[in-house]
Amino acid sequence: MSFDNLDTLYRQVIMDHYKNPRNRGTLADDALTIDMNNPTCGDRIQIHLQVNDGIVEDAKFEGEGCSISLSSASMMTQAIKGKKVDDALKMSKIFSDMMLGKEVEEDDIDLGDIEALQGVSKFPARIKCATLAWKAMEKGVGEEQ
Amino acid sequence: MDVKAIREQFPILNQEINGHPLVYLDSSATSQKPVSVIKAVEDYYKQDNSNVHRGVHTLGTRATDKYEGAREKVRNFINASSTKEVIFTRGTTTSINTVAYSYARANLKEGDEIVVTPMEHHSNIIPWQQAAKATGANLKYLPLRPDGTIEMEDVKDTITDNTKIVAVMHVSNVLGTINPIKEIAAVAHQHGAVMMVDGAQSVPHMQVDVQDLDCDFYAFSGHKMCGPTGIGVLYGKRELLENMEPVEFGGEMIDFVNLYDSTWKELPWKFEGGTPIIAGAIGLGAAIDFLTDIGMDNIHDHEEQLIAYAMDRMKAFDGLTIYGPEQRAALITFNLTDVHPHDTATVLDAEGIAVRAGHHCAQPLMKWLEVTATARASFYLYNTPEDVDRLVEGLNKTKEYFGDVF
Repeated sequence: MSFDNLDTLYRQVIMDHYKNPRNRGTLADDALTIDMNNPTCGDRIQIHLQVNDGIVEDAKFEGEGCSISLSSASMMTQAIKGKKVDDALKMSKIFSDMMLGKEVEEDDIDLGDIEALQGVSKFPARIKCATLAWKAMEKGVGEEQ
Repeated sequence: MDVKAIREQFPILNQEINGHPLVYLDSSATSQKPVSVIKAVEDYYKQDNSNVHRGVHTLGTRATDKYEGAREKVRNFINASSTKEVIFTRGTTTSINTVAYSYARANLKEGDEIVVTPMEHHSNIIPWQQAAKATGANLKYLPLRPDGTIEMEDVKDTITDNTKIVAVMHVSNVLGTINPIKEIAAVAHQHGAVMMVDGAQSVPHMQVDVQDLDCDFYAFSGHKMCGPTGIGVLYGKRELLENMEPVEFGGEMIDFVNLYDSTWKELPWKFEGGTPIIAGAIGLGAAIDFLTDIGMDNIHDHEEQLIAYAMDRMKAFDGLTIYGPEQRAALITFNLTDVHPHDTATVLDAEGIAVRAGHHCAQPLMKWLEVTATARASFYLYNTPEDVDRLVEGLNKTKEYFGDVF
């Protein structure tokens, strides 16, 4: 069989983040910690955020999951580090639209590696894997605000 | 058993998924439906549709006869002593919840025990957790042996005179373990406890005789045994059901309604509030006819041969962990080393192979196995050794694929 279809899902860059996760670990005790699970499969991740004056100064993640959920967490922490909370939320919205297969207007936001996850939108059963980390981040900064 | 002829009865199997002929290995989640069941439901809607037990008109009589006829088919299929003991519900979950609400809350007090196992499906854990919280009873777990089986010694040690309810699944949807229900029921009865059995994974695959097992309550679902979704059964011993209060009030279950008080119909209708699941029950009756025509023993033999072959192939597969005992029902829960089951299931799906991946509604068991999630291939009467070969081929490709992308 040809794995073309799968290759749209498992891009090299995704596999790289899965095998060599960025920002895996914890932060100081005063950081925000959000624990989120994907009830359909039992995967569970924790996102740690250090937010000061409306800026995400640091972001890390821990947990168990599939290649899509863990690479997404790795990419997200990388992308939001140093960003304003508002911009992180904007990215989350863009990401969510991307998962729904909507045309994404990127305006001034550079998604970087995250764009590699675009292929997930063609695998409806896996969208929740990709959005898990983002949902956790939204929950965390939402509580903070 | 002519599997080729059987497969022709299941139109859904005759299709391509992602460019490959479908291999359906998720019957434990829900089985496929034969044409006779689909037609029985369709005929009811086309010719006999009417509400039951109410109409004076001809259609009402026809619908009632078919609905109650299905109940008799269920009674005969599980060898209950009377149709009064066969209650139609929405499914296994509803059946267990009915017992947990009606029987447990009325009969449990502080210090009483409910005994369950760590291998139970969430539907046979949470209702008891809730009943324990509501009554002050304690939930106790039977220990499992390392291979995922229950040892009678442990049963005798765990069940005490304080035990009032023992709730155990007949066949595990994850491990494939076939539990010694008859023996456990005997121990429960020695201590004056009642035995509730989750039969979701047993009734579709083997001859179940509720009188021989001597269980007090037995629950199962239509959709896992070639029947429609949304219909299930609660079997209960008559004297227990007689003394239980309904959990749903209104509709079919009333006898006489006054302004401030009402009375209920006799069994089994006492527990069937609202308009019943008429089409579902008729479809389940047709499913029982279908399975009986083939013969439950033949289905069981076919599955035994299939699982023996599947186990041989899977055990020989390098880098694959199988969970559960050697002696098992026709399902295999497994993980490929270094590949998350979601990723395994996605690659298999690209090959046209449908397997389940996740916690299988058994998170306490996942914890016991020390895994977050697993993949599962489950077999039924329409599966073949070729399906097993396709699965193994798909797993080889999964391994290759994830080896390559890294």
